[in-house]
Amino acid sequence: MSAPLPKNQEFLLPASNLFIAMSLLAALLLNWLPWQGVWLALRPDFVALVALYWCIHKPYRVGIGLAWLVGILADVDNASLFGQHALAYSVLAFGGIVLHRRVQMFDLRQQTLQVFPVLLLAYAVYAAVHWQLHGYVAWEYFFGSAVSALLWAPLSVLLQAMRRPRAEAEL
Amino acid sequence: MEHTQSFRFFNRGPSPAVRLVFFSLLSLLLLFVDARYQYLESARSTLSVLFQPLQRLVSAPGSLWHGADAFLTLQSNLVRENEELRQRHGTDAVKLQQLQSLQAENQNLRQLLAVQQRADYSMQLAEIAYIERDIFKRKLFLDKGAQANVQAGQVVMDDSGVVGQVTRVYPWLSEVTLITDKDHAVPVQVLRTGLRSIVFGSGDTSELALRYMPVSADIQPGDTLVTSGIDGTYPPGLPVAQVSRIERDPAYPFARVQCTPVAGVSKQRQLLILSGLPKLPERPEAAPETVAEKPKKIRQKKP
Repeated sequence: MSAPLPKNQEFLLPASNLFIAMSLLAALLLNWLPWQGVWLALRPDFVALVALYWCIHKPYRVGIGLAWLVGILADVDNASLFGQHALAYSVLAFGGIVLHRRVQMFDLRQQTLQVFPVLLLAYAVYAAVHWQLHGYVAWEYFFGSAVSALLWAPLSVLLQAMRRPRAEAEL
Repeated sequence: MEHTQSFRFFNRGPSPAVRLVFFSLLSLLLLFVDARYQYLESARSTLSVLFQPLQRLVSAPGSLWHGADAFLTLQSNLVRENEELRQRHGTDAVKLQQLQSLQAENQNLRQLLAVQQRADYSMQLAEIAYIERDIFKRKLFLDKGAQANVQAGQVVMDDSGVVGQVTRVYPWLSEVTLITDKDHAVPVQVLRTGLRSIVFGSGDTSELALRYMPVSADIQPGDTLVTSGIDGTYPPGLPVAQVSRIERDPAYPFARVQCTPVAGVSKQRQLLILSGLPKLPERPEAAPETVAEKPKKIRQKKP
């Protein structure tokens, strides 16, 4: 990123509700892929990433309520208890909303460092609930938060690109 | 609260902190209800039915790959496999003959002894639909559910031994907790000596632990553990695990015994669900109070 994107001048289409919903659904589908073994430990939480992206870029549209709802959907699938993902994602969304001005000041590489603690906190909340209920925690689980943070930059570029208007005028 | 914040032009509803507290409390309430009571199971099963097509869609590429892999097998492999199977069939047939005669003999002896006949369990073949996606859990999903009369508590096994137990039933799916799950225990018996114990999962796919085994207990590496059938959930005599390593440290009262599961807990695609297990007679209420009360009741009835 030698030449940072002129983010503030960039013209983005307003994100429609449909686009937000579809991106979250796509993230849920990615989480449902049959991950196994080492990949399961390294699996990034796509839903957390997409929810965090929207909380940081559209803090008045996507908030803790939506994150909580998506968390409930994730709980249904994952054979975890109702509310486990929801709690983690609520904390995540809160972090994103509180930090949204600050994160947007940085370029993508620095954003990764800003986003990592928030993700780690959400992972820790999930693990803490599990520990409280079952009395043990698999430490490999936390690798996922680092992998998720590394995926922040590519995911932001992708979602940003999808929100840009089509370049018909340039032709 | 409003006074401490700067003046707002637009009313955006409650502040993020308030929302966080609200949704956290809601989550904690849900967690508590779900962990303690069974109220949310129906909601979970309806939602899972809604999501099932999507899940099928997501796992479609994987199963397509499996299908293609099975289709494009080398002919030499097939020939070799056929040869092996033929040989095994020959040896098995001989063993089967012996088994049949032994079975007949055993049945006769049992009838002579007037022992209650052990019923043949009816079995149901089910295919693994999904494996666990949560790193903390050893669970998998089978493609038979309440529609095929699967019930929670039924035992799941493969051709060589016990794999786990059905813990949750959805309309078209059932969730199986593997014996290697950390929270799962199976009552077992050492086949060689008849010593009874309980084997616990360790959270690892290839390891089980036999806890609370005295240092002086007669157990050796290589011993086979079979279900003892004492709990009434597992039928007796199903192979569960083989003892792989024993550490006897006189400083501790119990020996550390590690076992490997007999069944290919993570290798199978088709599994058997046992159903129609014989019901054990009800456990008598043997508390001393009830014994003391009974004569009183009889006395009250008489006048």
